[in-house]
Amino acid sequence: MAVFCAHGSLVMSKLSDSKPNRRGRRRFLRASLLGSLGAALTGKSMAGDQPLEVPSWTRHPGPGVGNTPYGVPSPFEKNVVRRILPWMSASRESSVSFTPLQDLHGIITPSGLHFERHHAGVPAIDPAAHVLAIHGMVERPLKFTLEDLQRFPAVSRVHFIECAGNGALEQHGAQLNGLQFTHGMLSCSEWTGVPLKLLLAEAGLRPTAKWLLAEGADAAAMARSFPVDKALDDALIAYGQNGEMLRPEQGYPLRLVLPGWEGVANVKWLRRIEVGDRPWEMREETATYTDLLPSGKARQFTFVQEAKSVITSPCPEKPLRHKGPVIVTGLAWSGEGRVKRVDVSFDGGRNWQPAKLKGPILSKALTRFEIPWEWHGQEALLQSRTIDETGYVQPSYQQLRALRGTNSMYHNNAIQTWQVRANGEVDNVQLG
Amino acid sequence: MSSWDKLVVHGLLLAGAMAWTGVLAAGESPRYGFGSALSETEISSWDIDVGPDGAGLPPGSGTAAQGEALYLAQCAACHGEFGEGVGRYPALLGTRASLVGERTRKTVGGYWPYATTLWDYINRAMPFGNAQSLSPDQVYALTAYVLALNEIVAEDAVLDAHTLPAVRMPNRDCFVVAKGPDIKAAACMHDCAVPVKVVGRAARLDGATVGE
Ligand code: HEC
Repeated sequence: MAVFCAHGSLVMSKLSDSKPNRRGRRRFLRASLLGSLGAALTGKSMAGDQPLEVPSWTRHPGPGVGNTPYGVPSPFEKNVVRRILPWMSASRESSVSFTPLQDLHGIITPSGLHFERHHAGVPAIDPAAHVLAIHGMVERPLKFTLEDLQRFPAVSRVHFIECAGNGALEQHGAQLNGLQFTHGMLSCSEWTGVPLKLLLAEAGLRPTAKWLLAEGADAAAMARSFPVDKALDDALIAYGQNGEMLRPEQGYPLRLVLPGWEGVANVKWLRRIEVGDRPWEMREETATYTDLLPSGKARQFTFVQEAKSVITSPCPEKPLRHKGPVIVTGLAWSGEGRVKRVDVSFDGGRNWQPAKLKGPILSKALTRFEIPWEWHGQEALLQSRTIDETGYVQPSYQQLRALRGTNSMYHNNAIQTWQVRANGEVDNVQLG
Repeated sequence: MSSWDKLVVHGLLLAGAMAWTGVLAAGESPRYGFGSALSETEISSWDIDVGPDGAGLPPGSGTAAQGEALYLAQCAACHGEFGEGVGRYPALLGTRASLVGERTRKTVGGYWPYATTLWDYINRAMPFGNAQSLSPDQVYALTAYVLALNEIVAEDAVLDAHTLPAVRMPNRDCFVVAKGPDIKAAACMHDCAVPVKVVGRAARLDGATVGE
């Protein structure tokens, strides 16, 4: 080890060790979630000798057009919602809500279910009172209204956004028994906007330009530095999400999209871009979002969300309810480009089989995979592992911890294990 | 001449504009002429960032003694009288000793590499709930107070645009910029030598539906 980074002696006298709050163990919803499982497994299905009912909705028309000017999901889908961990943070304004990946199909996350991570709540921005300022090492400092930005040729691209902290709690060992909480700081949308390089061409980058600062208009004025190469590559100033304007929780009316890079760098409610020649060393790129290693050193500017995958069915929220053929399905993604392959194991990683990728297979977007399986009530350890187009292989927890220990928190892309029990229940477990 | 005319004069078709900007060096790219000039006055009203070299720090100064009353009035409710943190609000007090071991803690005193970041963050985001309400003198004084709590500066140290960037944070040299993937795994397919014993099991499913 070149430098042992945490050998400083304890100089503090006033240091009081405030214990982390462990209220978390108080609620245990598992029983209610799996309550209906037993009946399903006993195989009691509708007997075939009764006439099929002609329900009331087949006899009487429902509400006419225009009843819901902005449509909402069926009331029967009321469990498909974002969820929070109430004990996780000091305030709801600086916290996280998780996407219900277990209930979603395909690769697009409905805008209203996109995970949230705010640092000081969701600002209520009047787009008419919002401008994007670009200044610093440019020839012509400029400001753009939303209307200005919408005059530029627009591009639409599908990209995932994953919080660097997705799965952070799991690095210490299996914690939360639900896909929504182990992986739900992950969403994927079609983003529409102006390539940042067009705006930088308007302002005229000076040759000294090397880094940019993006800053939000929220009450944290959340700001992050990022290199000019990314700005001139695929960075997008987005105003559209899945065909409509951005949702307030996703940065309305403007957000930065840095495809494949950690969520926090995709600054929401974007109001200012400054061009400079070195990073600004903001709190969210020094104190937080840096990966503390066992040596006491920390990795900084770990922008890329490296290749990762997870089985979304079965999972703890989606236990197996039927014996026989099962379609195992899941999501894979890589911040470096396209997903090339996904392998699935049913025996904890001893043996693997390639799964089928179900198009579209887009760069820096969620990619769906599936593989058929026969389940006859046997216990099994399910895993998925992805390989992206650069050849990078998603690591196991052993491989991740060998280098990063258990406290690096951010950028956990380790292979997830689901244990299928004889009764079809599925648990989040870790192997060793 | 409208902006669109200019584009045509420059011999540029809209369809080709994007490919074209990608290969041109900065300064030579096509311009649409959208957006408007941003004045110095406009820039200075929003340009709040402070760099590690102190660039962006405004005139003004403060000491820990000047910051104490303000800290107790505006910060202690969440961060504790001695910076120890109240409830789940972050502690502002700590050392590098808490960066290793089973349960690590990252604090201003123990982890942050730059004192300028503390000034910048207090100025842009604190007090939580009433951000950007403090004067430069107040931010210098609060920065001095938090650094003095951590015994990084003396109680009577005067912090200003010259002295603050010169403050050396204890953990300054412990950050390495990530360069590419650190883990290189192989994709074994059959009879892989991996442990398959369940050693950890998640026991909690205690999230709440938003609004519950
Ligand atoms: C209402 C509670 C509250 C008050 C009052 C408050 N803070 Fe904070 N402070 C927070 C929260 C919450 C965070 C974490 C925000 C986040 O992580 O997004 C924070 C974070 C910080 C941090 C960063 C800590 C770290 O290790 O990352 C500093 C420094 C800070 N506050 C200083 C101050 C100062 C100085 C004041 C008084 C002017 C103040 N705070 C007042 C709630 C408060």
